[in-house]
Amino acid sequence: MVTITTVETLQDAAANKGQGTAFLGGGTLLMRGVNYGDQNVSRIVRLRQPESLAGVSSEGERVRLGACATMATILKSADVAFLHAVARAVGGPAIRNMATVGGNVFAPHPYGDFAVALLALDAKLRMSDGSELELERLLAARETETRLIESVSAMRPAGDDFRFLKVTRVKPRGASVLSIAAWLPRRAGRISGARVAFGAMAPTPVRTPAVEAALEGVSLDQNGIDRALQSVANDLNPPDDSLASGWYRKEVAPVHLKRLLLGQGTR
Amino acid sequence: MSKTPVQFSLNGSPAAVFVDDAQNLLDVLRRGVGDLSPKYGCGQGTCGSCTVLIDGEPHLSCLTLAETVEGRAVETTNGLAEGPQLHALQEAFMENFAAQCGYCTPGMLMAAKALLDRTPRPSREEVIEAISGNICRCTGYEPIIDAILAASGQPTRRTG
Repeated sequence: MVTITTVETLQDAAANKGQGTAFLGGGTLLMRGVNYGDQNVSRIVRLRQPESLAGVSSEGERVRLGACATMATILKSADVAFLHAVARAVGGPAIRNMATVGGNVFAPHPYGDFAVALLALDAKLRMSDGSELELERLLAARETETRLIESVSAMRPAGDDFRFLKVTRVKPRGASVLSIAAWLPRRAGRISGARVAFGAMAPTPVRTPAVEAALEGVSLDQNGIDRALQSVANDLNPPDDSLASGWYRKEVAPVHLKRLLLGQGTR
Repeated sequence: MSKTPVQFSLNGSPAAVFVDDAQNLLDVLRRGVGDLSPKYGCGQGTCGSCTVLIDGEPHLSCLTLAETVEGRAVETTNGLAEGPQLHALQEAFMENFAAQCGYCTPGMLMAAKALLDRTPRPSREEVIEAISGNICRCTGYEPIIDAILAASGQPTRRTG
């Protein structure tokens, strides 16, 4: 049996966290578990007014997304136009009206494509206790995290410095065989400080340090990216699932990374 | 198990029900209110057959915690027709043979209504996008796309 606790603030919700307790975001993952009798959930905590944490705003060179902002909210905001392709890649219109930014951070493999983009964009999380935490650190320990996310701050990339690609078997919408997000700041035409993240290639979205190192100082052409393409396999150990084997994912990752970097597969 | 009172608007009329803990909206609509038009397909947000509109936007009722619709407006396929007068989308679905087994049809209709309410003359690509979360295993989708275009007064592949 699952019970519901409705609270007024995120801090109240965090105080209610505990064994068997799950926080309701958009419900797209939690409720499917409940429908199928997930025995790990015995209590759902929800905010009475989640809209209070659904804002999207600019903060200088960064943007801030409320944890309860939905993919549809993202798509309606001109401030985060660079994230529209990412939000549009999450489910169909009904899912996008429900799925939240905060929920996506906790989405299990092979979901969580929005978090892949956030990871590439140096996302920092404001937690329910007021602290700030890098998304990368949360992802590494999200199974044991007891705090809740209040909002996410991400870099606003310049021009076409940000690229995202999602590979699915089902068209036009499906879960990821893999997804890639790359933030490629350039100085005098050469990449400086790239962040490249993959989704569905590990239990959580992950950065690829060897790829990022191989992209440092190169230009975005075939010669420049060759070493990065050869490095992909070093950083990734993807799981098998019903969509693709780990072997397949590893084999095709360089192909899709090449398309992304050369602008052939940007969506 | 506790019961929570929930009041909302269903197809423009007030509805009041007691919902169980963790009961989803689809279950409340079908068993609590008796509106059988939204269908249970997968129960995991994949098929779209349970699609309803909440405050005018498509949502999957099987994944919606029922008590979250307190004070909101829910629309289902049951509210499309006005007496014997079918909605333009329902007429177009019939005329274009857009239903075979019909199980996906209520979800398709609500996804299409959300689109046409917002975009009265959508492009074919916009129609495809609007129903991208709804699965049909019978028609191959083309008759459904044609029907939605026809309902918006635009030529279809058959007529155009």
